[in-house]
Amino acid sequence: MDSRTVIVGGSVGGIRVAQALRSQGYTGEVTVIDAETYHPYDKPPLSKSFLDGTLSYDRLYLISEEEVRDSAIDLRLGDRVVGLDITGSSVILESGPAITFENLVVATGLRARPSPWEATDGVHLLRTLDNAQLLKEDLLGAGSVVVVGGGFIGAEVAATARSFGLEVAIVDPLKIPIGRVLGDTVGERFTGLHHSNGVSTHFGTGVERITGAKGNLSVELSSGAVLLGDLVVVGIGAVPNTEWLVSSGLLIDNGLICDEYCRAAGQSNIYGVGDVARWYHPGYQALVRVEHWTNAVEQAACVAHNIINPKESDSYSPVSYVWSDQYDWKIQIAGETAAASDCVLVEDPSNHARFAAVYSNRSGSYCGVATVNWPRAMIQCRRLLDKESDISIPLNLITALLPSV
Amino acid sequence: MPIIKADLDLCQGYANCVMEDARFFDISDDGVVVVLQEEFAKEDRTRVEAAVRSCPVSALRIEE
Ligand SMILES: Cc1cc2nc3c(=O)[nH]c(=O)nc-3n(C[C@H](O)[C@H](O)[C@H](O)COP(=O)(O)OP(=O)(O)OC[C@H]3O[C@@H](n4cnc5c(N)ncnc54)[C@H](O)[C@@H]3O)c2cc1C
Ligand code: SF4
Repeated sequence: MDSRTVIVGGSVGGIRVAQALRSQGYTGEVTVIDAETYHPYDKPPLSKSFLDGTLSYDRLYLISEEEVRDSAIDLRLGDRVVGLDITGSSVILESGPAITFENLVVATGLRARPSPWEATDGVHLLRTLDNAQLLKEDLLGAGSVVVVGGGFIGAEVAATARSFGLEVAIVDPLKIPIGRVLGDTVGERFTGLHHSNGVSTHFGTGVERITGAKGNLSVELSSGAVLLGDLVVVGIGAVPNTEWLVSSGLLIDNGLICDEYCRAAGQSNIYGVGDVARWYHPGYQALVRVEHWTNAVEQAACVAHNIINPKESDSYSPVSYVWSDQYDWKIQIAGETAAASDCVLVEDPSNHARFAAVYSNRSGSYCGVATVNWPRAMIQCRRLLDKESDISIPLNLITALLPSV
Repeated sequence: MPIIKADLDLCQGYANCVMEDARFFDISDDGVVVVLQEEFAKEDRTRVEAAVRSCPVSALRIEE
């Protein structure tokens, strides 16, 4: 058999592996299979510029049609992979045939956690282009929306709905939803951002029931309050797409378990990439699974390198990075902020919509940073994160950016 | 000679390109990408391509 890499999943993780393979000189066949029928598209705009109408679908392409052709990427859309036969080195397609591989990349990502509540008409999830298109149409005809889930996607949807002039309420069982990622001090500012944009927050209370239908939905909270909305958007997380691997013998536990080289545990030619991969991060010395865009891209480059150079494999030890756009805030987060033990805020007196939060761990070392509307502070601090440094170093760098008084 | 082109209207200052290769990219005070050198050597092509693909808003491209 000629060498062939089969990539299952044609979103950012899968497509970037295919591109990186070619870019790094791989000459075998590259086959990408995705269950969706759309040309591979990018997801972050689905809650932002696609949802508010600034970007159309053809601007979401992850790879141009010419590049697919010129790079000889065998892109098979609209076919689902339903099984993996490790001894036969093949994947089984829903449409029937099996495809053999020399290397396999698992890039099947996540799907939105379904709404556990009874009402379905007018209740939206947001993960795919189809989801976003339906939501966009409904938002245009609605006067009010209740967003269930105060994480990043929920907050972005709330902001977009507000920009359409809808009345927006947002619910989350946590008292300070963003506090889970950024700590309570910074998290409270995010709650304040909803308020200053006219969104009502119902935090620290769960949803008991959702009843009714589009145009007339009731969301009953455990606090006893009832929120009314024309629409409901449920953004309560996502679950790994690993069902097709369940009987393969691969180790699955909240994602595909991989070693530090992003190889599926115990395998030499099967790799995981992106949101679905739970790999051993040598820096954190723990299994981690990261649900962010930049991780998928960086991991894709590492996987491609390891496919081409199995004897000189690189371990994958990234500094995590994520952005989010909410209202007029451009938010960027790098490193470890969730597990930090302390956080110092730096404000820019000349711009009240701008601040940075610098995080340190128990031993006082710098471990993460979050910035709002301050890309330059972010890049300076992000670069420092790959080595150990005292928290005074990033703080001095940020202070040096402030206008001198 | 291929060169690096940036669309400054698209750029959101995410700086993934700078993280990929700070010899070619930087961020200005306004939070927008600065291409430090448009031209690149053959052996840097893989790095530059990786930087281009790391941009979340496709603001970078290589013009052949
Ligand atoms: C609305 C939204 C906004 C976001 N915003 C941000 C943001 O601002 N910043 C950020 O860093 N990240 C953001 N993200 C996260 C980012 O989009 C993900 O990290 C990224 O999409 C992960 O890519 P992936 O390729 O690993 O998986 P996915 O994008 O989940 O893709 C998996 C692909 O596999 C296919 N597939 C699944 N099972 C099968 C099968 N059995 N056979 C064939 N194909 C299959 C699916 O159809 C899908 O195309 C956002 C995500 C969403 C949904
Ligand atoms: S990665 Fe893209 S958006 Fe970010 S700074 Fe570079 S060009 Fe701009």
